[in-house]
This record gives sequence, structure tokens and C-alpha cells, in this order.
Amino acid sequence: MAHNKVIYGLYNDEEDLLRAVKVAKDKHLEIMDVYTPFPVHGLDPILGLSESRLHIAGFVYGMLGTLTAFLGMTWIFTKDWPVIFGGKPYWSVPAFIPITFELTVLFASIGMVVTFYLVSGLGPGVVNNYLDPRITDDKFCIAFDEHDLDAGSAGSFFKETGASEVHEKTL
Amino acid sequence: MSSYISPIREPLVTGNKTYHQITEDLASPTEKAPGRAWIIGFILAISMLAFGLFCIAWTVWHGIGTWNLNRTIGWGWDITNFVWWIGIGHAGTLISAILLLFRQKWRTGVNRAAEAMTIFAVICAALFPGIHVGRAWVVFYFFPYPNTRGPLWPNFNSPLLWDLFAISTYFTVSLLFWYTGLVPDFATVRDRAKGFRKKIYNFLSFGWTGSAKHWQRWESLSLVLAGIATPLVLSVHTIVSFDFATSVIPGWHTTIFPPYFVAGAIFSGFAMVLTLMIVTRKVLNLQDYITFAHIESMNKVILVTGTIVGVAYLTELFIAWYSGYVYEQFAFFNRALGPYWWSYFGMMFCNVISPQFFWFKKIRRSLFWTFLLSIVINIGMWFERFVIIATTLARDYLPSSWSYYSPTWVEMGIFIGTLGLFFTFFLIFTRVAPVVAIAEVKSILKSAGDQYTGPNAHAHGHGHSHDHSHAVDAGNDLSHNDDANSSTGTILTMEDDLKKLEGIGPKIEKTLKSAGIKTFQQLMGSEIANLQTILDEGDGNFTGNSPESWPQQAKLAFEGKWDELKDLQDRLDGGKY
Repeated sequence: MAHNKVIYGLYNDEEDLLRAVKVAKDKHLEIMDVYTPFPVHGLDPILGLSESRLHIAGFVYGMLGTLTAFLGMTWIFTKDWPVIFGGKPYWSVPAFIPITFELTVLFASIGMVVTFYLVSGLGPGVVNNYLDPRITDDKFCIAFDEHDLDAGSAGSFFKETGASEVHEKTL
Repeated sequence: MSSYISPIREPLVTGNKTYHQITEDLASPTEKAPGRAWIIGFILAISMLAFGLFCIAWTVWHGIGTWNLNRTIGWGWDITNFVWWIGIGHAGTLISAILLLFRQKWRTGVNRAAEAMTIFAVICAALFPGIHVGRAWVVFYFFPYPNTRGPLWPNFNSPLLWDLFAISTYFTVSLLFWYTGLVPDFATVRDRAKGFRKKIYNFLSFGWTGSAKHWQRWESLSLVLAGIATPLVLSVHTIVSFDFATSVIPGWHTTIFPPYFVAGAIFSGFAMVLTLMIVTRKVLNLQDYITFAHIESMNKVILVTGTIVGVAYLTELFIAWYSGYVYEQFAFFNRALGPYWWSYFGMMFCNVISPQFFWFKKIRRSLFWTFLLSIVINIGMWFERFVIIATTLARDYLPSSWSYYSPTWVEMGIFIGTLGLFFTFFLIFTRVAPVVAIAEVKSILKSAGDQYTGPNAHAHGHGHSHDHSHAVDAGNDLSHNDDANSSTGTILTMEDDLKKLEGIGPKIEKTLKSAGIKTFQQLMGSEIANLQTILDEGDGNFTGNSPESWPQQAKLAFEGKWDELKDLQDRLDGGKY
């Protein structure tokens, strides 16, 4: 990625942030990203973020786990090494349910967590460019890429929407 | 914005906290050198752990014969401890998963520590089956992997193998859930840290930025993980109970076991959470985050689950009598009045009678009683497992092999070792990670902070601070403002366009700004006389201008009430009334 100049404003309250994002959307300003110390409810629809599809991935992983467990045990106990336990049939479906359930949960969880970190570009050893150390504390940040919005109009936007600080940073 | 919160609801964050204050309070324990209490506790815990490791080594070296198990008494303290620890490990996921689904806000104060406790308790639990098998070095035979012995597979029909799957899944999912919740908080610690610490937390925080999309995915992930962890947590102790219930041993072979074990697990888990959190909140000064509202909520859970356990005990007795099956009847007669009567009555007192004290609000909200009863319940739940396992096996079908089981020093040592392991891990955890979930507490502040809800709420009540939420909103907290001002490298200073006010032109604006009045906020707080002085002393002739209406206009502009400002300006004449 080329070096981008980012201009960002910090707000002291999530209510200010929400109003500012609304203003930016009304003015059709291209927001690069919004950073907050905690998940701000009501932000996603204003920002126009589409719903996360992580749960769909989770369902697929879960099904994969179900099939792995059930088909695996079926194959082992009917084809690979059939053993009679207590006079029960080789293919004793009720006894397979607990392990099938556990592997469904296991596959879904591991798959979703790994997917989450991969698509978000996060993971052990990842170093991102952090705009401001106070974003993880008490500041709510709207960032514009300078290609999309020049410093002047960004500045007046931040002033108008009550940002407490405006900064510029080259990423 | 957020859903309706009843004003009767007790605040869950007290002390009129700001976001910055929350960060400060919750992150700082990881930044300070440990106190005396911590060091003493740690030395004690690690000595217990060392003794436990010695006893495990002794067991592995000399064999299971060092335990007082025999042909009939195949399970003793080992499986008792295993089930006890697994039960304790149920509170964390219950709090984080089930209470998340039920949108219980009080979970945010205790979920982090409870989840950590879960993970450590499951490690302690898993140790016991691992060494109980005797040849601990080939314990991986349990896992179905393509091996050179056939391949010979484990018995998928066996509850013991289900247990292996349940516990490894539970451990993995709890760990993932816990760590994903920790990532944003590690980022908070990272952004406060310097030097080598910053590097460590940078690694731990996975490069978290706080981007809106990441938060959205993070919440989605938490919700789905909670959704699947809920049946998981119920399944784990259900499957543990299958270890007993699917056998044909009188006293074990009962269908009531799964629900009764699950209720008992939650019961003991919450007791352990309370034991730990009452001490932790005191030592780390977390009284504003783990309030009496939290403690009372947990005590209510204890009361409900303790009562379920009590009903289960009585049902067991009734069914044993009602079944007309002599072996079953004998098993229960023997539990209550046989040689282990003391453990049965200990169990009954600790688990059935003691939680009933929590019907009284005074006791539910008393630290002393809560702490005392939580210890009593921890002991009682250990007795329960001992009663089920040891007393049943000590007198089986064949009177000639009846005996009295008591543990050897090795068995006791391993139990002490797991306590040491648990507390060692927990004490380390309190030093390296925020014990209360920082981001999650911040997210409930506006709905559950004591300045927004409850008897001490400010005039604006739980309505959000729409009108005066600019920079001045944080004015009630000085540290907050200081921090905001101490920013480095501000490129564009914030200035307002004062010309928007009637009576202020470019020249007057310049004069005001050179006198330090740059924003509407500053202007609205200025005395009219002072403004007049500035005008008089400025270079230019402003005799025709009067600043009398400027503060009023500036106030409206600052608050964003542009329509009202326009109305006012229509009434004004060149900025004069």
C-alpha cells in the first residue's frame, strides 16, 4: 500500500461520533474507517457496514464437524474395524451423538475464530499502524484518507461536528 | 439508542466513572509491581504446586499402587477431584455464554475472571484422568488417530471417550472465547505501555486497531460462540454424569444425573467465582466494577441451582425407595447411614441447607456471609462427588470385598497440587491481563453507570447527553480533560468560525483570536466586560460594536442550535439587543 496521508478527528463521546458519522454520510464524505474503544451500537447501519457473514462460515464449519465425526465413526465401526460392544449393532447411532455434537461445536468455533482473525488481518505478530493510542482508551475516531478528502474540508467537518482534536498522520 | 433500562435497575458501574477512568482502574493492576498479599499468595500457591508435581512424579514412577485404590474401589479421590474441578469450570462459560444470550449486563464485571477460572479449572480436571490411567505417557492412545496398531480405534460407544471429546472441546472453545475477548483489552494495555512491555502486548493484542468492522465481526463472533457454547457447557457435565449413569452400579444408574450434575456444576462454579472475586475485588480495588449488584446476582444463581441440587438429592432418595429395588435402596441407605455418613451429612448441610440462607437479602449482600457460604459450598460440592464415588464403590454387590477407602498422602498431595496449579495460574492472570473486561464495561457504562441510572443519576437521567456532549461533557472529570489536552502533535488547532455570530466580522474575529478566544466554547464563557476590554485594547476602532449578545450567541452555536441562533440573530440589530 502506498503511503497514505490520513486525517482523523477524535471525539470524546460515542454520541458525538454517531452524529458526526451521520453528517459525513449526509454530505457523502468517504470515511476511511471509524475506530472506537468498544463496540458502539447503532454505528454499523449509519456507517453502512453490511452484516458480518461470520455466522454463515460458522455454520459451514459446524456441518463439516458433524460430517467428520459421524461419517468417521460410521466408517471406523462398520468398515475399518467392526467391533461388537455389549451385543449392540456395529452402527450404533445414539452412541455417536455426543461425539458428533462435540466435534460440531469444536469445528465451528475453531473455524470461526481463525476466519475472524484472517479476514480482519489480525493475528499473533501482526503490527498495524495505530492512529492514536487513546482510541483504545476513551477517544472515538473518524479517519479520512487525504485522497478522498482534503485537509481543509476534513478540518471544517470535524470542527462542525464537535471533534475535540484533529490530527494528520502518514501511514 | 439502546433498549429501555428500568430506572429501578441497580447501577453496575459505580463511582461516576468516565471511559478514561475505567481504563485507568482496570488496566493499572497489570502495570504496577505486585503487592505483598499477591507475593505471599503466589509463594504459597507455587509451593503447593511443587508438592503436587512431586506427588504426580511419585505416582508415575511407582505406579497407581501408591493410591489406596483396589479392585472394587477403582475410583477414589482422583475422579472426585476431576468432577469437582470440571464443575467449577462451568461458571465461566455459563456467565460469558448463557448470560450473553440473555443480555444480562452484570456479566461484564465478572466474565473475564470467571472464564479464566474455567480454563484453569479444566486444566486441573484434565490432569486426573490423565494420570489415573496409570501409564500417563501413552495417554494419547485415547485420541483416534491412524496408528500402527491396526489401526486400532478407541471405543466411540464409551462415555469415557465422550468425556475426552467433551472436555477437550470445552477447553478449546473456552480458551478461544476468552482470548478473543481479551484481544481488545490487551490492545488497551499495549497503547499505555512502553518499551519491552509494549512489544509483549503488541504480540498478545494481535494488532487490534478498534476498527468498526472489526468490532462488528468481534461481536458477531462472540454471539455465535456464545450460542454454541451454551449447549456445550450443558453437554459437558451431562457427559461427565454419563460416566456414572451409563454404568450398572446402584446409586449411579439413574436418569436424573445429567440435569442434577449440570445444576451442581453451575452451583459450585459460581461459589468458586465468588470466593475468588471477593478477594480479587478487594486486593485490586475493583469495588466499583464488581458491585453488590453483581454479588447479589451470583448469589441468586447459587440459590436457584443449590435448590435444584437439593431437590435432586431428595428425588434420588425417593426413587431409590420407590423403585423397590433392594440394591438401589441399600446404596442410598449406605450413603446416609453407612460408614461414610459424615460425608453424606456434610454434603446435605453444605449444598442443600447453606444456600437457603441466600433467601435473605441481607445475607446475599453481605461480603462476609457470601464469602463464608461460597467456601462452604465449595467443600459441599467436593463431598457430593466423594459421596457418589467412594461410598458407592466401597460397598458393592459382594460383601466379602467391602472395605473402607481413605486416600494416601500421594492422593491428597495431588489434590493440593491442583489447588496450587489453579491459584498459581489465577494469580499470574491477575498480573498480566485486565481482570475485568475493559471494553465490555465501557459498553454498558451509559446504560448501567451510576451517573446514568439508579438513585444517584444526574438530572439528565438515563437519557443520553445529547445536548451538551461536546468536549465540555467530560468536564466533571479533570483527569479526562487533562488527558485530552496533553495530546501531542496537534496539527490543526481547533478554531471556530466566530464570524458566524452577528456583530463579529473578520477584524473582530482576528482580535478575539489573538486574545486567545478561538472557539464558541471559550466565547460563551467570557464576561462581556472582558470582551469589551479586548475590543478596546485591540488595534482597530470597534466603538460601534457591542459584545453584549456574543456569549449568548456562542452558546447556541456551541450547542449546535443553529435554528435558535438564526431566530436570535433576526431579533438582534448588528449584534445588539
